[in-house]
Amino acid sequence: MTDSSPSLYAAREPVFPRRVKGRFRNLKWVIMALTLGVYYLTPWIRWDRGPNLPDQAVLVDLANRRFYFFWIEIWPHEFYFVAGLLIMAGLGLFLFTSALGRVWCGYTCPQTVWTDLFILVERWIEGDRNARVKLHRSPWSLRKARLRVTKWVVWALIGLATGGAWVFYFADAPTLAAQFATLSAPPVAWITVAVLTATTFVLGGFMREQVCIYMCPWPRIQGAMMDNDTLTVAYRDWRGEPRGKLHKEGVGDCVDCMACVNVCPMGIDIRDGQQMECITCALCIDACDDVMAKLGRPRGLIDYLALSDEARERAGEPPKRPWQHIFRPRTILYTALWSAIGLAMLYTLFIRPEIEMTVAPVRNPTYVVMSDGAVQNAFELRLRNKNGEPRMFGVHVSGDLALRLRIEGTPYSAIEVPADDTLKLRVYVTAPGGSAVARTATTDIRFWVEDNQSGERAYKNSIFNGRTDG
Amino acid sequence: MDKPRVDKLTGRETMGHDFDGIEELNTPMPRWWLITFYLTIIWGVAYTIAYPAWPMISGATAGLLGYSTRAEVAEQIARHDAANADLTEALLAVDLAALEPQADVHRYAVARGGAVFRAQCSQCHGAGAAGGPGYPNLLDNDWLWGGDLTNVAFSVRHGIRNDTDTDARWSQMPAFGEILSPEEIESLADFIPTLPVIGGERGGGATLFAENCASCHGANGTGDREQGAPNLADAIWLYGGDRDSLIETITYSRFGVMPAWGQRLSEEDVRAVSTYVHSLGGGE
Repeated sequence: MTDSSPSLYAAREPVFPRRVKGRFRNLKWVIMALTLGVYYLTPWIRWDRGPNLPDQAVLVDLANRRFYFFWIEIWPHEFYFVAGLLIMAGLGLFLFTSALGRVWCGYTCPQTVWTDLFILVERWIEGDRNARVKLHRSPWSLRKARLRVTKWVVWALIGLATGGAWVFYFADAPTLAAQFATLSAPPVAWITVAVLTATTFVLGGFMREQVCIYMCPWPRIQGAMMDNDTLTVAYRDWRGEPRGKLHKEGVGDCVDCMACVNVCPMGIDIRDGQQMECITCALCIDACDDVMAKLGRPRGLIDYLALSDEARERAGEPPKRPWQHIFRPRTILYTALWSAIGLAMLYTLFIRPEIEMTVAPVRNPTYVVMSDGAVQNAFELRLRNKNGEPRMFGVHVSGDLALRLRIEGTPYSAIEVPADDTLKLRVYVTAPGGSAVARTATTDIRFWVEDNQSGERAYKNSIFNGRTDG
Repeated sequence: MDKPRVDKLTGRETMGHDFDGIEELNTPMPRWWLITFYLTIIWGVAYTIAYPAWPMISGATAGLLGYSTRAEVAEQIARHDAANADLTEALLAVDLAALEPQADVHRYAVARGGAVFRAQCSQCHGAGAAGGPGYPNLLDNDWLWGGDLTNVAFSVRHGIRNDTDTDARWSQMPAFGEILSPEEIESLADFIPTLPVIGGERGGGATLFAENCASCHGANGTGDREQGAPNLADAIWLYGGDRDSLIETITYSRFGVMPAWGQRLSEEDVRAVSTYVHSLGGGE
């Protein structure tokens, strides 16, 4: 072998996206403002839940194992709601990807939004593309150091605000903010903020497109959800090629001005066709439309296109309307599944009772013979009070008139369950010696719990074990 | 040095391999990936130096940071003990007869006592406290020495028929095999399950019972807690209520022993485990 081995590793080629104006850029500004606004402001929204519960609208209370979302309160045993939301998020991604390609990546992915913000800061401090390329190539000087340090400090502050906002979702925001101000916040809060500040700084400032290309699994999965009708950012090469200088004979509309390449945050050339690196941020559409307008040519040399459009346009047929691409069995199926899960969750959410009970029979032993020959079964009950105030819960058993129920530790048949809490009880169900139920191997019984204040009831079925040996 | 070969069609370097004229294009990995890979190796090695890792002949390297899971467990236990200090103090201070109304202390004692029970008592009395032949069932309401919390705690603290605690509960039935004939013992075994007798015919067994047994077990066989004499008139038999078991019990007597747990457990654990046992369904 005479040829030397090629290098197996390559340094990152820096990307210097140029500023661009246009409708997709405006849409991205709006989405950035919305997503960042929601992210930063949500923890500060208050929601009155009464005196014993937190008044933060959205709160993941890990210590007390509760998730609060406005009027909804999720307990750990209701984790299926979270699972359902994750399934909906997955199906939502499938739906949007099959309809509009990587629209999530291009507009709303946090990596994209924060990178966009970091590039904005970069442009304010170091200037637009040409100035940044020049600065990048120039040797270190006082000016370069000043610009770089300023940029890094602003990035770090954004990172700090990002990590700082995250922890507010897990604790009372005003209290934690005061703790940060007085340096008395718990260590886990500091560590979380530090880690998220560092990742935001590095991923938004330096890794950028590397995250999408090498770290994220989504670009590799999305291909399975796209088909010939999926609208993605594409180049009309049948109109643009062969590219060449303006006014030259026999060339297409593309004047090879490189505007689409210069604005691309991923550093690719959309004219090479659909490629894994493209996050479909549509900035190249804005850049090209701008050039086409100046040349007096129709817009859309680069545009949202489906693969099936090429054949139609080459054949001179009228293009399909976007909704004709979007409404097809695949997207309708995804929408139906997504809605079905959403409606099922809404339904279960609204029929959730305010009181709940679980019954665990004590099976070691299955029954106990008392000194007078009565047969006793023990059960562990968990009573759940979802009200913001303590309530008296009455406990009863039905199934056989001979059965008597006794709550351990109290002579009463009702017990107070603290506000927003679960109370574990040991209860005994006793059948008098010689009664039919005491001598029957198993008898179906039903435990009833009743909120003495509201009258709301709940029940759980169980089994009473009798003795069959004597 | 030669340059890598370049594929004419794509303009990209090739790996230099040639398989029947097919060449593989070079798609280099990012350099930061390689650096990260090396950093993880360095991290891994440093981790094994900082933390206990390398197995030696007896034990393992201790690690420079001095971390140990045992120390962490001890710290967690200390933290929980500190958090429960008020409840423990209240449990030690309370008169056991007045414990039940103090809901939080009672709840704490039951939870703590359950842990003590599973570790110390379940070997004889069973994980569910249902006992077995010779080992009392703690779930029922038949108590040899009294079933209120004070009496249960006394039994736990001083034990039964042991020779290590002078206050241990003590009772002993004679082995009637040395006193009565086998026929007399059989007629006793036939009579005892008919207890309590209210009027009616009284045969030879009844006379034998009145002469030999009633002084401790009572005229009607309902037992005497002062002496630790079992109730023979109820539905519960510690050593079995069938004829053969009764003959064996009367002939040879029984001698169940429980250690004095006051010598092995802290006072708060004695109180806790007594409260737990008392809460199992038969407490008085």
